Amino acid sequence: MLVLTRKNGESIKISDDIEITIIVSKNDQVKIGIKAPKHVEIYRSEIYEQILTENQQASKDISSLLNFLKK
Amino acid sequence: MPIKTKYHGEIEINMQDILHFEKGIPGFLEEKEFIILPLSDDQTFSVMQSVVTEYLAFVITSPFHFFQAYDFQLEDSVVEELGLKTEKEVQVISILTIEEPFERTTANLQAPIIINTSNQKAKQVILNQEHYKTKHPIFQKG
Repeated sequence: MLVLTRKNGESIKISDDIEITIIVSKNDQVKIGIKAPKHVEIYRSEIYEQILTENQQASKDISSLLNFLKK
Repeated sequence: MPIKTKYHGEIEINMQDILHFEKGIPGFLEEKEFIILPLSDDQTFSVMQSVVTEYLAFVITSPFHFFQAYDFQLEDSVVEELGLKTEKEVQVISILTIEEPFERTTANLQAPIIINTSNQKAKQVILNQEHYKTKHPIFQKG
């Protein structure tokens, strides 16, 4: 992983079209601004992980409950 | 064309009924084609079955059947990606996580599946609204 040190208000450029700015960093929280093209999807990592886990749980076998659903 | 399914055995499906998830769905990024098959006699519950993977199927429902006030705004990027032109083309479905006993079953309201019924393009959208989570009980308590 590339690690860069930035101050409040400073930015990082990724390729031509993505810019990440440190808006403010205080105590243990950092507010980050992201400029990116519309098709780039941006999520908090833990939310994405949650959706992924939920999808895996939701795809488990429910054969034992099928009769119940058909009622 | 014939496909093998998890809960419906081997069945014949029409190509035009296939939903196309250009980017797959989280956890299953290679799965780009699904088909919706009825599960319950009253049409409340259906299955979203992978066209290529026999064992991959999700139980789904219309969220509005259980959560009348469910409401969110689609990002412009999603509207563009799915080629949506009017609201009438939009179909919303929720993936259920079936629990035993069935009363404990939850719906994922944070990541609805949006379908453009005109072109069959679909996407699992992750909402940034804080009040919709991945596990909403579909039956009221008590």
